[in-house]
Amino acid sequence: MRQIAVYGKGGIGKSTTSQNVVAGLSEAGYKCMIVGCDPKADATRLILHKKAQTTVMDLARERGSVEDLEIEEVLLTGYRNIKCAESGGPEPGVGCAGRGVITAINFLEENGAYEADTDFVFYDVLGDVVCGGFAMPIREGKAKEIYIVTSGEMMAMYAANNISRGILKYAQSGGVRLGGLICNSRKTDKEYELISELARRLNTQMIHFIPRDNEVQRAELRRMTVIEYSPDHPQADEYRALARKIAENKNLVIPTPLSMDELEGLLMDFGILESEDAAV
Amino acid sequence: MSTAIKETQKMIEEVLEGYPEKTRKARARHLAANDPSGECSTCRVKSNVKSRPGVMTVRGCAYAGSKGVVWGPVKDQITVSHGPVGCGQYSWWARRNYYNGRTGIDTFGTMHITTDFQERDIVYGGDKALEAALNELRELMPLARGIGILSECPVGLIGDDIEAVAKKVSAEFGYPIVPVRCEGFRGVSQSLGHHIANDTIRDHVLGRGSMEKSTPYDVALIGDYNIGGDAWASRKMLEEMGLRVIAQWTGDASVNELGIAQKSKLNLIHCYRSMNYICRHMEEKYGIPWVEFNFFGPTKIYQSLRKIASYFDDTIKENAEKMIEKYKPLMDAVIEKYRPRLQDKKVMLYVGGLRPRHTIGAYEDLGMEVVASGYEFGHDDDYRRTYPEMKEGAVIMDDATLYELEEFTRRLRPDMVGSGIKEKYSYHKMGVPFRQMHSWDYSGPYHGFDGFPVFARDMDMTVNSPTWNLIRRKR
Repeated sequence: MRQIAVYGKGGIGKSTTSQNVVAGLSEAGYKCMIVGCDPKADATRLILHKKAQTTVMDLARERGSVEDLEIEEVLLTGYRNIKCAESGGPEPGVGCAGRGVITAINFLEENGAYEADTDFVFYDVLGDVVCGGFAMPIREGKAKEIYIVTSGEMMAMYAANNISRGILKYAQSGGVRLGGLICNSRKTDKEYELISELARRLNTQMIHFIPRDNEVQRAELRRMTVIEYSPDHPQADEYRALARKIAENKNLVIPTPLSMDELEGLLMDFGILESEDAAV
Repeated sequence: MSTAIKETQKMIEEVLEGYPEKTRKARARHLAANDPSGECSTCRVKSNVKSRPGVMTVRGCAYAGSKGVVWGPVKDQITVSHGPVGCGQYSWWARRNYYNGRTGIDTFGTMHITTDFQERDIVYGGDKALEAALNELRELMPLARGIGILSECPVGLIGDDIEAVAKKVSAEFGYPIVPVRCEGFRGVSQSLGHHIANDTIRDHVLGRGSMEKSTPYDVALIGDYNIGGDAWASRKMLEEMGLRVIAQWTGDASVNELGIAQKSKLNLIHCYRSMNYICRHMEEKYGIPWVEFNFFGPTKIYQSLRKIASYFDDTIKENAEKMIEKYKPLMDAVIEKYRPRLQDKKVMLYVGGLRPRHTIGAYEDLGMEVVASGYEFGHDDDYRRTYPEMKEGAVIMDDATLYELEEFTRRLRPDMVGSGIKEKYSYHKMGVPFRQMHSWDYSGPYHGFDGFPVFARDMDMTVNSPTWNLIRRKR
């Protein structure tokens, strides 16, 4: 069983990418599971074709505690028998969503959600690594492999670098490794070259460059992955390619995060940031 | 430098040798030989800093200071331990703050009330659970005059907005609902909890009480928590002097009393450490003078009565003298009875807010000598008030560790040790007579003319109990 965590700046397309990748892997015959680690609980909607599934924490809140739940109530099956679970958690501004992730993952583990014949488990994790709870999926004995979704936008790259810092910490203590950057194109200047270079500086690879295509939007509106909605569309092949690259990926590294100055320097090297802009 | 100081410094160095170098250096700053004159610059201890990890400090936390000390004794207020169940359970009426009233009807001091956080409250926030609890409390206890929300650590970590809940509910209930941000991880000891609690009294209660008429003799008794009835013994004396005690903070106190103290003519402060903040505030805002006093043992009592009387007219001054005249024979009788049994006995103290210095006079009245004294959470101003009270060369300890206490005991050979529950049983095992000086070991009062005979009897009972002869003394 390979456990994989997907991180990246909020809104960058982690959920869309990971669900499409999982669909691609399932199509190729692998048995997959998705664990959403975000209170928004939107990591499984394209697989289950519904708005939001019942989450572990929401049901635990209703019943009193996680001990009152049965695994079947929160582990659902969707497209091509992909298993889906969502940690759930509070609305923004209250409580502790990180603790929700910890509780939910512990519950899934203790109740046998991880079946021995599962090939891939994908953790789709909220935004940045904001606190210990959101690092839960990469702690000892869980995901050993991380992919960061980014784009050529400054803040997405900044987040990718910051996440690498978190990985570095856990790489030293727990053996987690960075598998690569996934560039989810926003059609910014020199995006391909820029992310390839960022990946190189982080001691990793740009595992795939996903071009921007409106077909993704059309599929999402129908609560489907591109692979399911329009299997013959070129965009579906992009996700299949990414799925194959992840399945075959042996390039797992300890990242070498950049300092803020180095990151800005990189943008200047590519002529995106003028030196006087950086001084502002 | 005198020989006494040098000898003590040598002993302290010997004790410190048991530590690794870094710890030795750090701890050396917290231990000193006393110099009452204040001339010796190395004879002052460093205080109110973070405890060293691994040394087994006996300090408490901010929650302990706010809930256990300042807010807990307020009798017609419901004190809610907001968070998981443990903090409230283990601090349940630990300080024996006596009060009048019918518990569960109009007073709530001995009750343990908690919002009992579960995992879902952490994940989804506990504000709703808190509001539900407050509504339940109003139904269950309609005679409550206030509710304190004492925040435990997790509440601060998850960032619950208890202030908003308190404000909303307070408007509905028509009495103060006080959010107290006393999360245990704040500050270095319980001392910050006292300060936080003082600030919340200032912000939510002070100035909002009602009092029909004022007299020129109105005083507030501040920093007396009525442990074993202490505040009652003190109040009785102040009243006999002709003063009117309009508020007791916070032993046997009502919420209204906390709301009218700003109408007093003089604030009398016993426990300086835990309540000097509010006295300073009342001085600045309302111009009320405050005076420290000490009702332990006749010598200090006589001094204090005269000091308090000096703020008032001749009638009060005469009353003070009359009282001294009236009670002196009784106090002398107590001394006459116990002094022969206690003469020259050595005492070591390691306590909290005021006792490391305030009880020294009472021991001396009985012919005993305090050879070492220290504070768990004192500040520099406490120590500056302590140095003149103690003999030259006595040991002064700040945030002492169990190792240091044991070592000093072995070397100084005190005839009794006065400290808290955490130290009690190790001393029992060492075969050293021990008295709990936080809660008076289920006895009291120790304050005032009523308290001194009890104090003298208890110390005699401790030092001269034949039990100790049956225990192998580990010395």
